[in-house]
Amino acid sequence: MNVRQIRGWMARFFGMLNRGRREREFAEELESHLAMHIEDNLRGGMSPEEARRRALVKLGGVTQVQELHREQRGLPMLETLFHDLRFGARMLFKNPGFTLIAVVTLALGIGANTAIFSVVNAVLLRALPYPEPGRLVRFWEINPGRGWLEFAASAPNFADWRKQQSVCEQLAAYEFNTFNFTSSGEPERVAALRVTANLFSVLGVAPAHGRDFLPEDEKSGRNHVAILSDGLWRRRFGADPNLIGRQIQLSGESYTVVGVMPPRFQLTQGTELWTPLTLDPAAQPGRANRHIHNLSVIGRLKPGASLAQAQAAMDAIARQLEQQYSESNTGWGVRMSTFYDWIVPEQIRRSMLVLFAAVGFVLLISCANVANLLLARASARRLEMAIRAAMGANRWRVMRQLLTESVLLSTLGGLVGLLLAFWCTDLIKASTALNIPRLNETRLDVKALGFTFLIALGAGLIFGLAPAWQASKLALNETLKEGGRSGGGKRQRLRGALVIAEVALALVLLVGAGLMIRSFTHLQNVPLGFAPNHALTMRLALPTAKYGQGAPRVNFFDQLLQRLRATPGVIDASAINDLPLAGGGSWAEEVTIEGRDTAPSGTPLPADVNAVTPRYFHTMGIPLLAGRDFTEQDRGAFWLGESPWTLIVSETFARRYWPNENPIGKRFRFGANVFGTVIGVVGDVRGLSLEREARPAFYVSYGHFSLPALTIVVRAGAPLEAMTAALRAQVYALDHDLPVYNIRPMEQIVSNAAGQPRFQTLLMGLLSAVALSLAAIGIYGVMAYTVTERTHEIGVRMALGARTRDVLRHVLGQGMKLVLIGATLGLAGAFVTARALKSMLFGVSPADPLTYAAVTVFLALVAFAACWIPARRATKVDPLVALRNN
Amino acid sequence: MSEKTDVWQGTLALMVLKTLEALGSLHGYGIARRIEQTSENKLAINYGTIYPALLKLEQEGYIASEWGISDNNRKAKYYKLTRAGRKRLAQETQKWETTTEILARFFAPLEES
Repeated sequence: MNVRQIRGWMARFFGMLNRGRREREFAEELESHLAMHIEDNLRGGMSPEEARRRALVKLGGVTQVQELHREQRGLPMLETLFHDLRFGARMLFKNPGFTLIAVVTLALGIGANTAIFSVVNAVLLRALPYPEPGRLVRFWEINPGRGWLEFAASAPNFADWRKQQSVCEQLAAYEFNTFNFTSSGEPERVAALRVTANLFSVLGVAPAHGRDFLPEDEKSGRNHVAILSDGLWRRRFGADPNLIGRQIQLSGESYTVVGVMPPRFQLTQGTELWTPLTLDPAAQPGRANRHIHNLSVIGRLKPGASLAQAQAAMDAIARQLEQQYSESNTGWGVRMSTFYDWIVPEQIRRSMLVLFAAVGFVLLISCANVANLLLARASARRLEMAIRAAMGANRWRVMRQLLTESVLLSTLGGLVGLLLAFWCTDLIKASTALNIPRLNETRLDVKALGFTFLIALGAGLIFGLAPAWQASKLALNETLKEGGRSGGGKRQRLRGALVIAEVALALVLLVGAGLMIRSFTHLQNVPLGFAPNHALTMRLALPTAKYGQGAPRVNFFDQLLQRLRATPGVIDASAINDLPLAGGGSWAEEVTIEGRDTAPSGTPLPADVNAVTPRYFHTMGIPLLAGRDFTEQDRGAFWLGESPWTLIVSETFARRYWPNENPIGKRFRFGANVFGTVIGVVGDVRGLSLEREARPAFYVSYGHFSLPALTIVVRAGAPLEAMTAALRAQVYALDHDLPVYNIRPMEQIVSNAAGQPRFQTLLMGLLSAVALSLAAIGIYGVMAYTVTERTHEIGVRMALGARTRDVLRHVLGQGMKLVLIGATLGLAGAFVTARALKSMLFGVSPADPLTYAAVTVFLALVAFAACWIPARRATKVDPLVALRNN
Repeated sequence: MSEKTDVWQGTLALMVLKTLEALGSLHGYGIARRIEQTSENKLAINYGTIYPALLKLEQEGYIASEWGISDNNRKAKYYKLTRAGRKRLAQETQKWETTTEILARFFAPLEES
């Protein structure tokens, strides 16, 4: 396109303005043209009439020339669009009721889609915030024989991988840790990682201030350096730029701050501090033990290397280590996965896609509903369309007008929907208890806006097309003769089909929601094994620098628990290292049972372990089934013979490892070479998750195993909120620098454990409720319209002797026939699609007949109500009035 | 717009430009008549079609218009070439000559045989 053409288009664009003046000017030009021509003709000897006629003929008709001129003057396509839009807007304003219902319906559909899309975008679609994230991989040690597929690596194995591997540029490792943070202000518990010095460079992220860790920072004696998160830096130090190089106190030791990470950096959730990881066995003997697995390993693949190649290479290394260290490494291998698969697990992806599909269904139902409204209105506008056609509007022109109107409608719906989506995403983001990775990154960005625009446009075309197509193939003569009354059978069939589709879609959603609700109630009714109500929990960690190990820790907790039990309102108090369902790490051991340790059975006997203080079972409401509880006397170094080693086992442990025997007095061991004696049996507890059956478990006395951190459980008679301050005061009375953290009611912990299912169930329930309401409105709309259209016919029937009951049955029958067909299709659809939900369901089959039946009956009842109202109205038809009006 | 009318519009535009070059400033009616006369009435055009063509040329800046008084004292809109118009005419003339020359070479031997 050259300059002249661009100039031409510009001129045409501005030619759309000042239309009146331009029209007048051209009219004048034509007038002078004709006048000159007529004069010439007169001079040629023609009569005045002839002269005029000839001039006009030669010109080609004034109106036609004006039309040609008009087309060249402006941009006819654009002008028609403006005209259509103006006309469409006027039509929408003229029917505010119709517009309101359509816009709200669409806003629900579009808004829900935008909200869910922004979640899907944040969780699934947006790239991980690292350069070339596709090359980042996560390593696990695995032991398939024991069912461990995501296990941490041991330090010596990690060192060997690092030395021998050639698939990654570098490997890095980290280990979870927490610190009591006592610099500047209230003591606080801070989640931290010990990391190899290269961790950040493997990720491709550098500190925003200060420096990264250096290799020599890993050396023991030089490793008291720390990098802070941006959040911690702002919260505790007011973003002080001079903090770099200063000392801070972490669990009673001094660390030098060397850097601050950029604001959004988040490898592991909640981490606010990083210190170097020292792997030197000389400094820490545990680092040489291949049995101790506590490193998380990541790496960056070399450019061009595939995960499968890398996995094969690592398998070879693992096999070699297995031979070399058969005592510790037998049965152990390596598993690699991409960062994406690690951070966004399959389960989450599936549930997101199910929600996305569900919300898509809701949009389709909204579209069907609005299409139905438009069809009803198109009937009312038949005369208008016929007149347009008679005036020369072609079929395309009529369709375009109607499509413009529906897109205008959907755009309005989209705008309102966007408001809805803003509100919804805030709501979703606020629910932090959902355990969904990256959910907090949800926001309405350009992509989400683009998505909204596209679906609004798409929806407008989808629901507008059918009515526009119908209107465009109007039988002109008949319509004009009939004066625009009466609907064709075809139109009626189309509306019926839309209702059927709505019912079917709604039923599929309802079945999904029904299954999820059933699954969720199963989850809620799972026997927990303990009583979560009226119990408050809080966590304490004793800094080793101050308390050392063993007796001082035990003494501290003994003292604290005594104080707590004496606090007014407290019924009981005790502690455990990892509270059930709290999502903490799990401590598992393989036990050897006395008398069977020489048997070459080979089958390992795994069990979960917990260290508890006396009265823990009583405080938690875990039943003591046999024997006795731990007492304050169960303490001391049993391995030195200071005290007998006592153990308490769970019901499942007892039943599985001593079937049909009395476990009390039996002995077993783990780790150390000393046997402990079983003194009691307690009820099973769901520890890791609500879904998983209780595994064999046993308990050791905290007096024997004094771990640095415990969770305290307080059963209270007074309201929990009021207790918090009093309990905290008891801790501070003993140690003013000790932070109390994770103060939560036990009920909240249980509820959080069901966070993700609750989220899914809630959203699915909400979506299906919207779907059902929309479908009900759709059914009602169609039936109400049918009754209005058939007033005359019903009047005749009644005049001929039909009773109220007959009319009622007739109308209801017609409506329920559509519902029945829709429900049948919907059930078939649900049966097929529900299989996608299988992994999201707990204790319910995707083909659960009870759910299908209940949901279908529910839908039928709602549909019946929606048909009933118009049917009642039909019976109120006064035959005389109906007949006279025609 | 079909290809045929495009060609016709292009040709008509060229005739308009050439006419204005020959006669200077002229109104629509005059241009239409002149084209018909020049073609010795072999080209019978609807005079009306001249106006969209004139408008297009004016929009693209090849001609300019202003109201004036005709020989018989009538108010009429007069069109005249702009500098861009002259340049375009020169280019088109050149192009036209080249085209006809090439085509002539194709047709000449055919007639001989």
